[in-house]
Amino acid sequence: MTTPLEPIADIGGAAQPLLDVKGLTKHFPIGGGLFAEKKIVRAVDDVSFQVGKGETVGIVGESGCGKSTTARLLMHLMERNSGEILFDGQLVGATFSLRELRRGMQMVFQDSYASLNPRLTIEDSIAFGPKVHGISDKAARELARDLLTKVGLRPEVFANRYPHEVSGGQRQRVNIARALALKPRLVILDEAVSALDKSVEAQVLNLLTDLKRDLGLTYLFISHDLNVVRYISDRVLVMYLGQVVELGPVDAVYDGPAHPYTRALLAAMPAMDPDERTMTPPISGDPPNPIDPPSGCRFHTRCPFAEEVCSKVVPALSPVDESGHLAACHQVIPGSGHSRAPVLEAA
Amino acid sequence: MTAASDAALQAAPVHKARGYWATVGRRLLRDKVAVVCGFILLLIVLAAIFAPFLHLADPYQGSMIRRLRPIGTPGYPLGTDELGRDMLSRLVYGGRLSLLIGILPVILAFCIGTSLGLVAGYAGGKVNTAIMRTVDVFYAFPSVLLAIAISGVLGAGIVNSIVSLTVVFIPQITRVAESVTTSVRNLDFVDAARASGAGPLTIMRVHMLGNVLGPIFVYATGLISVSMILAAGLSFLGLGTKPPEPEWGLMLNTLRTAIYVNPGVAALPGVMIFAVSICFNMLSDGLRSAMDIRN
Repeated sequence: MTTPLEPIADIGGAAQPLLDVKGLTKHFPIGGGLFAEKKIVRAVDDVSFQVGKGETVGIVGESGCGKSTTARLLMHLMERNSGEILFDGQLVGATFSLRELRRGMQMVFQDSYASLNPRLTIEDSIAFGPKVHGISDKAARELARDLLTKVGLRPEVFANRYPHEVSGGQRQRVNIARALALKPRLVILDEAVSALDKSVEAQVLNLLTDLKRDLGLTYLFISHDLNVVRYISDRVLVMYLGQVVELGPVDAVYDGPAHPYTRALLAAMPAMDPDERTMTPPISGDPPNPIDPPSGCRFHTRCPFAEEVCSKVVPALSPVDESGHLAACHQVIPGSGHSRAPVLEAA
Repeated sequence: MTAASDAALQAAPVHKARGYWATVGRRLLRDKVAVVCGFILLLIVLAAIFAPFLHLADPYQGSMIRRLRPIGTPGYPLGTDELGRDMLSRLVYGGRLSLLIGILPVILAFCIGTSLGLVAGYAGGKVNTAIMRTVDVFYAFPSVLLAIAISGVLGAGIVNSIVSLTVVFIPQITRVAESVTTSVRNLDFVDAARASGAGPLTIMRVHMLGNVLGPIFVYATGLISVSMILAAGLSFLGLGTKPPEPEWGLMLNTLRTAIYVNPGVAALPGVMIFAVSICFNMLSDGLRSAMDIRN
């Protein structure tokens, strides 16, 4: 019997962020035929953020803003153009292998069916990862059955089924079990509950909350569903056209959004009270083409408060208050030149 | 899925794990056409293998006075050919070479083509371009012409026709394998496998092979009939088997002059080629639907 898989060790202690992303950038070249001019899609452009140990960070934004690309870059499923990804203070390289990183960081994909091999039974799919890392077949199967119980599926019923023989919610539970099989410390959930109907979504969200508490996990929760993100996250990160526009504690961002894009996004949430229905569109038009993003602040083409400075100067992420709430808007940068910006205190 | 049916699923009787290929076999047995075709093929193959034990007439023993007897002549159930040799015996013995030339090139091409296509499809990028463009060069020629050209260069003979047919089929199988692999490669479960830290060889073995083999296998079974017809064509042109060796294509060639004298006998080798081709096609069709896991 081989030794069971141990979770990889905590290195930096509680104070060190589990994930530290600095200047992450991914550009996709498109076209570039013999005569066509080569163009570049700036899918993820200079994204920096940190995820603390035991925290749940949500990433929101409309489709095409680079959320999923960010997830794939973090998992090293895709080569990044530049930027650093530090996992518990370590960069993948000589002393910290990609294999080790993948022990520590796992991902749950959106499409529960496409992310399971249709030719493998559920047990085989879950046991695959541990076997790759040197666990014996028998021990890996035991682990798989154990995990099935943990995600609320009876192993004697489900272990030998094929993915097409179970429902969508059950498949996503299997995907969660598969991600947990390597005992990761960070789980990236890329739209993991978005394809499920509401009642099943709630069950899976509760399962995720329970698992986090029981296993001491850290989540990076990517979704376009603002309600779900508010429910599950401690901090939230808002992305627009491949960039972070706002970042902060979830209540601070939801109750006092500082960036006009976040405000528009929150205003677009359907109200529970029919008397407070959203009557006027908070934002109009499609996001600009990421091939040729607008100059300065990328949101200035759709922003109701856009002024001259917005099309010229790129706003840096700046503190809104003392709580760690940051926004990339000239309106919060003292002395930025925007008429609504706070006045720069005399030095 | 509602809570009620969820509960029903949970309470469902315990599933016994059944191997994938066992379920495919079970589904194939329910397909009547495929079963009949498989039975006919089995009969022909067994007859060819055990020909020496069937107490048939000598397939090489000719007789000038008993040439081109019609079907049903006493002592010669399927008549005699242009040299007075027993047709039944020659057809049974001919099956040995014809089936060998029909099946062996496809098996060889299946192994080589699948490996090439799998590597090209999984690696993508420059590796893919290198392999696929090389394959395209072969694709530029019609398969009959290519087979004739290669056989012509290598010289007549059974081994050479097997080699030339293998070369003809490799590009076709590679192309199918590459396109299937590419489509599977982009599915999330391959990314999930990569994310679990598995190397490319493990991923190809565990996650790719099972999902790509089916369509390639079905395509390859369809090629067996093409291979037999091409091999018959090569023999017909004198590039394959040499007389007096019994082989269906060659027999069709030598008997064609007798088509006005005794059309029934002259058509027999063609009937055999036709029957085997149709059976392989039907069988591969049945296999295709049996391999669909959602049935």
